[in-house]
Amino acid sequence: MIIKQISIFMENTTGRLADVTALLAKAGVNLRALSIADTADFGILRMVADQPDEAVQLLKDAGFIARETDVIGVEVPDHPGELARIMALFRDEGVNIEYLYASLEHKVDKAVIVLKVDDINAGLAMLEKHGFSTIPSF
Amino acid sequence: MPIWNKEAECASSEARQKLQLDRLQKTVERVYSRVPFYRERLDRAGVNPDSITSLKDIARLPFTSKDDLRQTYPYGLLACDPADLVEIHTSSGTTGTPVVGAYTALDIDMWSDVMARTLSMAGCEKGDTVQNGYGYGLFTGGLGVHYGARRIGANIIPISAGNTRRQLMIMRDFGTTLLTCTPSYSLFLAEAALEEGIDFRTLPLKAGCFGAEPWSENMRVEIESKLNISAHDIYGLTELIGPGVASECEHKNGQHFNEDYFYPEIVNPETGEVLPDGEKGELIITSLQREGTPLLRYRTRDITYLMREACPCGRTSVRIHRLLGRTDDMMIIRGVNCFPSQIENVLMRIEGTQPHYQIVIDRGATHLDEIEVQVEVEQAIFSDVTRAMEQLRKRIHNELKSELGISAHIKLVEPRSIARSEGKAQRIIDKRSL
Repeated sequence: MIIKQISIFMENTTGRLADVTALLAKAGVNLRALSIADTADFGILRMVADQPDEAVQLLKDAGFIARETDVIGVEVPDHPGELARIMALFRDEGVNIEYLYASLEHKVDKAVIVLKVDDINAGLAMLEKHGFSTIPSF
Repeated sequence: MPIWNKEAECASSEARQKLQLDRLQKTVERVYSRVPFYRERLDRAGVNPDSITSLKDIARLPFTSKDDLRQTYPYGLLACDPADLVEIHTSSGTTGTPVVGAYTALDIDMWSDVMARTLSMAGCEKGDTVQNGYGYGLFTGGLGVHYGARRIGANIIPISAGNTRRQLMIMRDFGTTLLTCTPSYSLFLAEAALEEGIDFRTLPLKAGCFGAEPWSENMRVEIESKLNISAHDIYGLTELIGPGVASECEHKNGQHFNEDYFYPEIVNPETGEVLPDGEKGELIITSLQREGTPLLRYRTRDITYLMREACPCGRTSVRIHRLLGRTDDMMIIRGVNCFPSQIENVLMRIEGTQPHYQIVIDRGATHLDEIEVQVEVEQAIFSDVTRAMEQLRKRIHNELKSELGISAHIKLVEPRSIARSEGKAQRIIDKRSL
């Protein structure tokens, strides 16, 4: 299953994150996971939300550079060694990871790892083969 | 301070005007008979050499533009027998076809004279050691200073540009008394000297002639205090001769124009109408004694005004005020001329980048010009992967470098973060306080 991640280009200026989050809050978009990649001059905000299509449109309408990106969300038990196991799998199968970030689901004692890989179909097939469940949203 | 050529530099206005008229008539005659381009232009303007009976008649002559020079590349404006040429210089050509200056032996002789005057204004005499940090080659700075120092009989160190540590070592070991380089490089040297433990107060260096890029009074104060010298602004352009068109004496109140060789006018850049002394406008220069490539009423695009009041130094020549700007959007960055349109062309070639950009020029901690090009990112080129965005940045950087020869910092910015003023984007922000 593929998750639609929202990716936003942002300048490294004070208050820019506040602008984005305020916009999403006003529209009632709920964020499930997020991460920021930063360079000296700009950052890329990546997040998983409950209404990705609407959120991206909203952001574009407000003048942001935003797009949807296909990523994998894989559910793992929240205890030591689980991430290591998945990483070993990617290494052994030769699927390259561009980036990843994680979110905890306290209610069910599980974590969700969000992965961007160079070959998403290969990544999904591999995870399913090894009994990991990938989710369409969370 | 010594005056190199008292007869020319301190002439009475009657004597000077008589000389100027005589030389102007000869120049018009020369280009009319030898340069088809000028013959056609003059015919079209209804002017011939006999039309010039007073200096005022110069206003009847057509202008020459930089485009004219490019279109006649390489030898279209040559006004002498090619066999009489002894030297060729060209502009860097970064903004298009290079501009050519061709010199006969007499032209080099004249250049030596005006550069001897220039260096004398900064106190250069026989016995001085001139460290010439202008680039030697097609660029006119290196050889121009060289010829002037030769004429004076000073000791020349033809070190050319760059190699900062060696510049400092030579300056200290050979006892340089006069430095010639770009003003920003002089400050760069001052910083480097601190690191090398060299104290300018202990060096015999007394003065510097700085040009080839715009600089400010503030910068003069900084140079004079950091290098413990007298800093002089010099003006020139490849089209006319190179350095040696005008320069500052010890009073530093405008640059004395070598008007026995170069006739200055100030015109309204829009109408071309000649403006009275003291009024700001575009500087126009006519060669009065050039054999190789004489120019009639060349449009420099530099904005200044003429200062005719007497100068305490004793020279009677008219002065131009320190340059006040340009009539076009040309930028001079590290001595390289470039236009925003060149940057625009590069951005257009790179798929996805809108030609929405802004150029910020500043002098950083190194005192050298630093250029930042801010480029707006649009949806089509945005990637969620940092590496892809960095690659885009690198590509813009490399293409700009190959186009302009300048290493710019590329900053990717969000759309609309570049201020638009009245619908028209302000492309250049120059923070150099020129």
